[in-house]
Amino acid sequence: MPITQFLVLSAFLFCVGIYGVLARRNGVLVLMSVELMLNAVNLNLIAFAARLGDVAGQVFALFVITIAAAEVGVGLAIVLLIYRNRQSIDLDEVSSMRG
Amino acid sequence: MPILAEAAAQNVAFWIIAAVMAAAAIAVVTVPNVVHAALSLVVVLAGVAAQYILLQAEFVGLVQVLIYIGAVIILFLFGIMLTRSPMKKNTELDNNQRLAAAGVAALILGVLVVRLLDSFGGVHIDLAQAAAANDTSAVADSIFRVYVVAFEVVSLLLLAALVGAIVLARRD
Repeated sequence: MPITQFLVLSAFLFCVGIYGVLARRNGVLVLMSVELMLNAVNLNLIAFAARLGDVAGQVFALFVITIAAAEVGVGLAIVLLIYRNRQSIDLDEVSSMRG
Repeated sequence: MPILAEAAAQNVAFWIIAAVMAAAAIAVVTVPNVVHAALSLVVVLAGVAAQYILLQAEFVGLVQVLIYIGAVIILFLFGIMLTRSPMKKNTELDNNQRLAAAGVAALILGVLVVRLLDSFGGVHIDLAQAAAANDTSAVADSIFRVYVVAFEVVSLLLLAALVGAIVLARRD
């Protein structure tokens, strides 16, 4: 199988994630878009692991999955705190640190 | 001939899964309902797991199903419920830079696709060879021998994230 089809699919997922991060204002939806981008990276890692016959790609995909789980846990806790403090998770309103 | 037929079947499987994934990924970032976005994310994550299995990485595929579809999506649904996210119109979920965001995403996609096709145009994956080299016992050997330090660091990071999430989310 040509490796490019996996790489292009992964690039597409990544760019959809970029669009989501930039265009969504709901904190939970932004975190979902970040998950899309992380999955795109993992797909790349696995495709190259299969191409090179090297398990290192799979091992690092597993590490990325673990870190993504940690990131979602902490990220949702932060979103929850923002909601508790402001009764809203509109990220455009979270601008206290703007200079 | 059976090898050729198998390769054709794998290609067809790839394109079907890829089309479903692409549609679901676009749904994640465009649907006006947060819960529907989470359910579309399930489809994307399941598609990624299917691609892993197609690439002979069955262990990573199963971990993907367990952790992402099993745990991360549940976390997202809890997050949606706890923040009582608006389930109303699209305009409340998207900000006013949608066009600029689409432009940036399309630009990056264009550059990436051109460069990828240029660099890896003729490169093929031999799935039979990949299956022989990438079995699960080799993954286990690699994690617990070559990358054991990274494994321990990641376990520490998970612990820190666990404690941090509890500290952040608890009410005093």
